[in-house]
Amino acid sequence: MNDYSKYLASRVTAGGLSRREFMGRAMAAGITLAVADKLFTESAEAAEPKRGGHLKLGLEGGAATDSKDPAKFLSQFMFCVGRCWGDMLVESDPLTGAAVPALAESWEPSKDAVTWTFKIRKGVKFHDGKELTIDDVVATLKRHTDAKSESGALGVLGSIKEIKADGGNLVLTLSEGNADMPLLLSDYHLVIQPNGGVDDPLASIGTGPYKMTSFEPGVRATFEKNKDDWRSDRGYVDSIEIIGMNDATARIAALSSGQVHYINRVDPKTVNLLKRAPNVEILSTAGRGHYVFIMHCDKAPFDNNDLRLALKYAMDRETMVEKILGGYGKVGNDFPINATYALFPEGIEQRAYDPDKAAFHYKKSGHSGSVLLRTSEVAFPGAVDAAVLYQESCKKAGIEIEVKREPGDGYWTNVWNVQPFSTSYWGGRPTQDQMYSTAYLSTADWNDTRFKRPDFDKLLLEARAELDEAKRKEMYRTMAMMVRDEGGLILPMFNDFVNASTKQVKGYVHDIGNDMSNGYVATRVWLDA
Amino acid sequence: MTNPAPSNILPGLRFRQRFPLLALILERLLLSVVLLFAVSILIFGGLEALPGDFATTYLGQSATPQAVANIRQDLGLDRPVTTRYVEWLGNAVQGDFGTSWASKNSVSEQIGKRLGNSLFLAGFAAVISVPLAVGLGMLSVHFRNRLPDKIINVISLAAISLPEFFIGYLLILFFAVKFGMATFPATVYDSMVFTERLKAIALPTATLVLVVLAHMMRMTRAAILSVMSSAYMETAELKGLSAFRAIVKHAAPNALAPIINVVALNLAYLVVGVVVVEVVFVYPGMGQYMVDAVTVRDMPVVQACGLIFAAVYILLNMMADILAIIANPRLRHPR
Repeated sequence: MNDYSKYLASRVTAGGLSRREFMGRAMAAGITLAVADKLFTESAEAAEPKRGGHLKLGLEGGAATDSKDPAKFLSQFMFCVGRCWGDMLVESDPLTGAAVPALAESWEPSKDAVTWTFKIRKGVKFHDGKELTIDDVVATLKRHTDAKSESGALGVLGSIKEIKADGGNLVLTLSEGNADMPLLLSDYHLVIQPNGGVDDPLASIGTGPYKMTSFEPGVRATFEKNKDDWRSDRGYVDSIEIIGMNDATARIAALSSGQVHYINRVDPKTVNLLKRAPNVEILSTAGRGHYVFIMHCDKAPFDNNDLRLALKYAMDRETMVEKILGGYGKVGNDFPINATYALFPEGIEQRAYDPDKAAFHYKKSGHSGSVLLRTSEVAFPGAVDAAVLYQESCKKAGIEIEVKREPGDGYWTNVWNVQPFSTSYWGGRPTQDQMYSTAYLSTADWNDTRFKRPDFDKLLLEARAELDEAKRKEMYRTMAMMVRDEGGLILPMFNDFVNASTKQVKGYVHDIGNDMSNGYVATRVWLDA
Repeated sequence: MTNPAPSNILPGLRFRQRFPLLALILERLLLSVVLLFAVSILIFGGLEALPGDFATTYLGQSATPQAVANIRQDLGLDRPVTTRYVEWLGNAVQGDFGTSWASKNSVSEQIGKRLGNSLFLAGFAAVISVPLAVGLGMLSVHFRNRLPDKIINVISLAAISLPEFFIGYLLILFFAVKFGMATFPATVYDSMVFTERLKAIALPTATLVLVVLAHMMRMTRAAILSVMSSAYMETAELKGLSAFRAIVKHAAPNALAPIINVVALNLAYLVVGVVVVEVVFVYPGMGQYMVDAVTVRDMPVVQACGLIFAAVYILLNMMADILAIIANPRLRHPR
């Protein structure tokens, strides 16, 4: 069974895919009818979700400084906590990344994608028994878009000019067309709260499948089933307990002794040891986060595209994935998008390690002497090792790299986005538009490769407002090629999200949207006795 | 010479002569307050000197200069250091440590909970380790240079030589993973019943006991042994007291001062130095609280933790001094 059919099967098991959908997708992926049929039956049999039980998660990322206010969710711990009790207007499809309805039943853009009308679901109740109204929705979005707001979603919603209620509908007016608007509303900060959470942002009252019963920041959060949940295809366990465990060894010990059912952030270095435990299953999901080597396109010697190309060809991506990620990742192709994004431009040739081509471009660039690469352990796990590996693969192409190890404290202030060649990390963004707008638009604050091209900017803005998906995909392809062949980004690898569970846990959905089944792990799985 | 001598002396000195013990205790108390004050300056100054600040750390990759300036102004960081220090100290003296910058919760309230947890764990470890250490120390003096003494020594030395996280992991591996006997993680929470709580802290307590046992035990042994070589112990022996009775009745009381000192030092360590154990066992105590706060540069929390840690150390040392003075009257009259 290949990865894709595994995905499909798990979707069936999770109850998210009908037979017709499953067969269609499986056959499209080149699986024969007989195999697909068998697969479906098996997965569907495993599918009968069992209800009940007490689910325990041990998660990295909690801190005593965590706030219950969704606007200030920052850690992995709170990401998961918020998904238990709250709903957004929109969710993303675990498989395709496309926007799917949640509290918004449907939506309609204007022709230029500037005005969006969202129909809000009726008959949904908050945990306190109050019915969800359009006013709650408007108040929530207003709270997060207020210029003085400290909301983590402020940047995402920056283009919203006006938020108003029109009958039962929500009408958003943007400052410029944006075809991705629905997806942006799936941001995990945008939990719809009674009156937008203005009265009590910390109340943790939402419309989600679980009600919060206790919370101690950095320690533990507990939930009980919301009996009035408006959806039946989630919330299988009776109660949830999320425990903060920041020590990697503690997480592994807790999982292998069966004290918790699920842990996040399994270290690639120890994953093979954990695999040996009889009751443990490794859950690895392709992600959008990527480890990068960034060159400033406007600073010597990196202002020379031949030198940049030489350095790109001198990167041994396969070895990087194998050694630094322990195999839990995918090779990158020097543009920040991979197949987990909707409208991913397929068919772009994979750049491979080629010392000859690297040597050729290096010679053509006319550069001589060593190239200084700054790195630090905080850039990404294993960054220093990766830099040394890179130094070796460059040597074969006749390029000398000098690796300078910088202190972790202050790396993000003094080195990243300041020095011309350094290692760094990017988390994914919900859409291609956002990824490019954040770091590749000429005017972007974090244009850390100093990639400044008016034609690229123009294309980006056009694609943003383009509602025709085929056209849009073509535009993204052109943009990807520009970054890949002329940008200052060397992107050797995308890291997988590596989590683990006991074998009791069933129905895990490998969601390409984000880590831990896009934060929904607790509401999507069930326990098999 | 009709005037009685004391009236010629300063009143303070007279007080000291009349109540030597009370005077010493008061002196120690005063010294502790001065010390605590000095520590508060060190803590505040040290944190000021740390690279990176809350605004940039908290905002991470999304730190624009405007947002950083906003936060700094919000928190009053644009004011001079001395103003902020005086204000902080003034409030801290009244038990108000302000609100956490990151979570906006009251620091005092949170510390109340966390300190309670830390003291619970430390107290439990102390209740087991102190009598055990002193008992074993006496036992090994009684059997000195014979087999039981050697066994006690080897085991306690082995325990002290292993770093505590390693002891912790070993205990987890055997008692939680392999045999499934113990509760792990040792997370305690408000609504937990007492017996559950005790079960939860079994493994971290065992780790702590192993870590501090050897130190106290060996000090007890050494102190008693040094007393044993004195003349009055020979007398005790000659008058026919049993060896064990001689140790308990005559040697131990005279060896109390150094033992009290090492016990106090270890008790302080149990409260202050258990960060690693708390992290390994996922125990929500002060150590974890401070580590969380340091990573985001949540200064009010770090300062409060630092001050409380210092206070615990100073308080326990002071108590050790006073107890030692009570135990040994000779110390009341400094030469």
